[in-house]
Amino acid sequence: MIQTYAVVAAVLILPGFSLAAERIEFNRDVRPILSNNCFVCHGPDKNNRQAELRLDIRHDALTKQAFVPGDSQQSELIVRIHSEQADQQMPPPDSNKQLTVREREILKLWIEQGAEYQAHWSYEKPIKATIPVGQNGVDVLVRKQLDERGLQPSSSTDRRTLIRRLYADLLGLPPNPREVTQFTDDPDPTAYARLVERTLESPHYGERMAIHWLDVVRFADTIGYHSDNPRNVWPYRDWVIQAFNENKRFDRFTLEQIAGDLLPDANQQTRVGSAFNRLLLSTEEGGAQAKDYEQRMLTDRVRAIGTAWLGQTTGCCQCHDHKFDPFTMRDFYSLGAFFADIKEPILGRREDGMMVLKVEDEKKRVEIVSRLAQLQSQFDQPRPDLVESQYQWERAAIDAYKTNQSWKVIRPVDATTQKRNINLSVSAESIVEAGIDAKRNVRQQNDGTDVYSITFKNIDQGVTGFRIESLKGKGAGIGLSAANSFVLSEINLSRSDDSQIRIRSASATFEQSSFPASTTIDQIADRPDNGWSVLGGTGADQGLYLELAEPIGSPVASLTFILHFSAGENQEIANLRFSSTTLPSPIRAPRAAIPTKKVFGYLQVPVDGRSPDQIKELEVAFKQVAPDLNELREQISRVEKEKADFDLGAPKCLVSVSDSNKRTVRILPRGNWMDESGEIVKPALPHFLLLPTPEERELTRLDLAQWLVSRDNPLTARTVMNRLWKQLFGIGLSKVLDDLGAQGEPPVNAALLDWLACEFMDSGWDMKHMVRTIVNSATYQQSSVASAAQIAADPQNRHVARQSPFRLDAELVRDNALAISGLLVRQIGGPSVKPYQPEGYWENLNFPQRTYPNDTGQSQYRRGLYTWWQRSFMHPSLLAFDAPNREECCAERNRSNIPQQALVLLNDPTYVEAARVFAARVLVDCSGDDTARIKWAWQQALQRAPTDDEIRTIDAVLKQRLAEYRSLPSAANEILRVGYAASPPGLDSAQHAAWTHVARILLNLHETVTRS
Amino acid sequence: MEARTQDKLTRQAFLGNVSQGLGSLALATLLRPSSVIGGETVSGVTSLPQKAKRVIWLTMAGGPSQLETFDPKPKLAEMHGQPMPESLTKGQQIAQLQGKPLTCFGPQHPFAKFGKNAIEICSLFPMIGSVIDDICFIRSMTTDAINHDPAHMFMNTGSQIAGRPSMGAWITYGLGSEAEDLPGFVVLTSLGKGGQNQPIAARQWSSGFLPSRFQGVQLRGKGDPVLYLNNPPGVTRQQQGGDVAVITALNRRHDQIVHDPEIATRIAQYEMAFQMQASVPELVDINREGTATLERYGCQPGDGSFAANCLLARRLAERGVRFIQLYHKDWDHHGGVKEGVELKAKEIDRACMALITDLKQRGMFDSTLVVWAGEFGRTPMSQGGSGRDHHNKAMTVWLSGAGVQGGIAHGASDELGYAAVEKVTTVHDLHATMLHQLGIRHDAFSFKFQGLDARLTGVEGAKVISEILA
Repeated sequence: MIQTYAVVAAVLILPGFSLAAERIEFNRDVRPILSNNCFVCHGPDKNNRQAELRLDIRHDALTKQAFVPGDSQQSELIVRIHSEQADQQMPPPDSNKQLTVREREILKLWIEQGAEYQAHWSYEKPIKATIPVGQNGVDVLVRKQLDERGLQPSSSTDRRTLIRRLYADLLGLPPNPREVTQFTDDPDPTAYARLVERTLESPHYGERMAIHWLDVVRFADTIGYHSDNPRNVWPYRDWVIQAFNENKRFDRFTLEQIAGDLLPDANQQTRVGSAFNRLLLSTEEGGAQAKDYEQRMLTDRVRAIGTAWLGQTTGCCQCHDHKFDPFTMRDFYSLGAFFADIKEPILGRREDGMMVLKVEDEKKRVEIVSRLAQLQSQFDQPRPDLVESQYQWERAAIDAYKTNQSWKVIRPVDATTQKRNINLSVSAESIVEAGIDAKRNVRQQNDGTDVYSITFKNIDQGVTGFRIESLKGKGAGIGLSAANSFVLSEINLSRSDDSQIRIRSASATFEQSSFPASTTIDQIADRPDNGWSVLGGTGADQGLYLELAEPIGSPVASLTFILHFSAGENQEIANLRFSSTTLPSPIRAPRAAIPTKKVFGYLQVPVDGRSPDQIKELEVAFKQVAPDLNELREQISRVEKEKADFDLGAPKCLVSVSDSNKRTVRILPRGNWMDESGEIVKPALPHFLLLPTPEERELTRLDLAQWLVSRDNPLTARTVMNRLWKQLFGIGLSKVLDDLGAQGEPPVNAALLDWLACEFMDSGWDMKHMVRTIVNSATYQQSSVASAAQIAADPQNRHVARQSPFRLDAELVRDNALAISGLLVRQIGGPSVKPYQPEGYWENLNFPQRTYPNDTGQSQYRRGLYTWWQRSFMHPSLLAFDAPNREECCAERNRSNIPQQALVLLNDPTYVEAARVFAARVLVDCSGDDTARIKWAWQQALQRAPTDDEIRTIDAVLKQRLAEYRSLPSAANEILRVGYAASPPGLDSAQHAAWTHVARILLNLHETVTRS
Repeated sequence: MEARTQDKLTRQAFLGNVSQGLGSLALATLLRPSSVIGGETVSGVTSLPQKAKRVIWLTMAGGPSQLETFDPKPKLAEMHGQPMPESLTKGQQIAQLQGKPLTCFGPQHPFAKFGKNAIEICSLFPMIGSVIDDICFIRSMTTDAINHDPAHMFMNTGSQIAGRPSMGAWITYGLGSEAEDLPGFVVLTSLGKGGQNQPIAARQWSSGFLPSRFQGVQLRGKGDPVLYLNNPPGVTRQQQGGDVAVITALNRRHDQIVHDPEIATRIAQYEMAFQMQASVPELVDINREGTATLERYGCQPGDGSFAANCLLARRLAERGVRFIQLYHKDWDHHGGVKEGVELKAKEIDRACMALITDLKQRGMFDSTLVVWAGEFGRTPMSQGGSGRDHHNKAMTVWLSGAGVQGGIAHGASDELGYAAVEKVTTVHDLHATMLHQLGIRHDAFSFKFQGLDARLTGVEGAKVISEILA
């Protein structure tokens, strides 16, 4: 089989091929070739493996005699890669893969040098290089590599650029001219180090750092699939900001997100962190299959852990073992099994989530709760003084019960509502049960009012009156409102031909003062403050008695009760029972509500013979109606409402709650969720990494989190430091941020990435320490202006012999313009906001259709990271600048340069308004001539003086615009009306409009949107 | 015509103002197909003869019933009201009908024969019938997904996982755009009158992991036709051009200090944006088409209809746009499929015919691939007595133009229309066939993402449906 193989001499004398002298390194040189070309069929995936040969493990390759170490001529592998016979050639012709001459040469030399393997770099623990005391590890390791390559580091950049760079990288905001001058004029050699410290202490640091983490964990305000409805998660965003600001240790940051509910010291904050587990996509689509989405959610979570912490692509293991990395399907599903305990609906609406209260709000709630408890205990006091009044009630109640025999319950044939805010159903006991429609509530379509239409068939001749009972059902009271009350505004009785049956009088077993029963027949149906209400009597059943103007003459085939509830806040009746009577006039409500059957039974027991339980029950029943307690009951109801309102308005966040009833996780053959033949798996860590000693008990999310940030895990610290490097230099040390596996890129400076990872762990996962270390390095402070030679030597600047300029991230483009204009509102945190957005942008959303109400006031001018993140229709202005829609975890943002960016900066009202307000500032705050004002504006936007050339150019356009607007004042007024912000009074419109153009030009400059 | 000439003048003034030539040079770089940008070649591109220069993809969103459109099933009519044979349906993935009794539901409209090969389609579509000899039906199409959102994702990106590029982005990435002042991938949407307008997410035209410049740009019926296209109020085109010229001049001076190659690109992008501000309004103004054309399509200017979008699609095609995707919604007939499809037929029948004949008259038919497809089909079983549920085992799509044989029906579903049984095809096959006509080898056309060679046609293997090619 082994054929002799002759080296083509030409290969070795090709220019640039001085390989022979070099030591071939498996990870750097060989693995990428094998991974790209061979592992698909000869790698970890056993199902796709050909000829039972795997090349990713040396022992296996040797067993199959793939090569002979030290002897390339006798090596089958070398023969195959040079073969020109279709059935011999490797990679095979139909694979579309072809080795280059250089790659073949590398493989040959590698075998001749002994065919040594190395474990994949990122699966080995990082080794920390020794750095001489007093030196910055970054500089030492960067310089070492530059020296090896004969490259020179660049000189330090100027201070103005440096402060702009530092602010952009750590705060995402421009410095103001004063801060720049202060820094550039500071003679102290520690000026920069002090600036770094000040910057790290800024509350905007957390905002800036949060942006990328929010990408990585796919934070968004909506569920993602189909209707893409809202969910409550914004407190998590604020938690992330705060974590960076407090410099929470990254290991703790990890534990709280994955297992914040399982920590021994779990509290509100750690639970908010655990919202991480709820950030995935979910659906409310009708017809969605639970098993399908159960699988989608599992795989979504595994991919998230892979991207955010491990820097590993795992998605392919949903269907098969990884083709390039040792990650298997079993690893994948076992990792997914860690999350099988998370309590959540698989389909449909998410729950409102946990209340998240600030300290002062928490206090406020405690105060309300204690006030309520106090009133309640007052109410529960024994009241010997009420004995006489109870005796009277008892007699009245017995009477009421007995007269009740003259009433006949009638059964509705139909019960609907006009607005569908309330859903009605009729129980077997003929009770109409009402419930607030959860979907309409969540979508904020419920205006708190509705109209019930309840229809009966065949009302008998001779009926003289009706009774509507409001019953205590399973709920806390007899009404649906927060105070368990209701306000019935108006009643109409309507025949099927719309003719009305008139009501002569309405009376009730209980009436709240100023809300008497008579208002239900006063022909006023739509006033919020007019109707029958029962606050103070919500703890007992109540009845409304209607006497008809005339007895029913001939039987009514169909009669509809139309009940208007116009008070708002869903003050509607919870459970209704209807009865009719033929009693003669007058029909009036009894003095007492009809007691329940049980209470009636007790009432019939002679006073002396009652058991303590019976006495207690009767006392309780009486207290619910005792006139002397009216005021107290009303007070209780009001405080109950206060508490309910408080809870309703409180911020809420989806969080992780562990359910002892875990979902069963199976390996799904080929990822097919309908195939239940796969093995059931328990939570387990990826098999190929160094793992803690197995324990008897089942592993939990906390174990997973602890392992992710243990010293044994070689991936997490590298992954995080690689991303940080990208934030500060524009490109990762390993370019593929989300794949440190075989198909990623070995780090361009492995020693540096390892040193950063070790330093990060050694420092106690101290993020600020790492940021400080890097930004204080001379490497970071280099000039970003590249010489032709530097570009030729290292076009992508991988070895950082200079800094790199790059465009600001989407949110920061916005922040920068708002900051320059003076519009920016620097409040930290809070609910997501809605900046201007083109009308109709959401027209393709449905279930429900939605409009986008722009925020007004301060909320219009918040930083970009607070923008409402609608996954399926990401805000178009941010989208144009590559903000990801966060449907998948995103470690790496695009950094594109497209025409839409120009359209946004030129025409989006956000930027036009910013220009207008900036222009007004120029005119108001700087009183000099045009040249002075141009200089002033330049300082605001770019923090430098304009060149003479720039002044001339701007002056020309300014004069031209001024002339144009002087001749057409209406046009000036048009541009000055863009945006909600008021213009200062007294400005000359033409001048203001002309300066708006100048400001707009400044906001559009490449230099303005670039960090250099 | 007048506006275009005037715009050319403005543009010249603009370029002259900046410095002759450089603007257009940068623009040329920008518009070159990405296969040569930055010296990186896109593999698999133009390795085959190119039949199609562009694609017009008519997405019938909501999932059209094959049984009331293009797949005749007399046997199903016979079985109407009887239980569906369990041998067909046992253990299968269905959506809202899961766990409910399954009853055959006969086609709700008669079918009629059209064209030289007497192909039977639903009689609600006589206009499509009149051009049937230019159309190839695939009656054996299948898909993986069964809910709208994932199914659209699969049809557009070949994957059910979000974050993948849509086919329009893939193709623009591979072939670049020939449009001077328009994006290479344009999307238009229209609503149906039946009230079943399922949501469509912007991710459906996302560029995914490909560079953002390949993302689809939505042409909107209301407001600015392209987001942020119009000048701010009180700003004339002349002023806008002047401001852009100043921005460009200042950027260029800055470049002399910092030597940042991104600046040249930014300058070109500003010019492109400025050009689009003139070319897009001209493009969407279908008043210029004349009454005869408007009547042929059956639309009025500004009515936002599918027919108007078809006419716009032709105008986009004329201007060199590479991939034009129309979404027409309201095909989700869980109930009232009879009336529903009747309504849809009125909305699309004439327009589809008009598009094909118009392309032929203008000599563009042979270089334009038209595809008509929903995201999935519908069940032969009844839902609620008048509708049909989502279904992924059989659906009909059709292709026309660009070297696809006309007047044929390829593949078949079983006699009840439940599952494709003859020459079964997949979404990946459809993509592969489209790429093939564009001159692209689907198995070699890839982009490195997360370390893998990601393809539109996935990893499972796809085949070009060569039997339908002329």
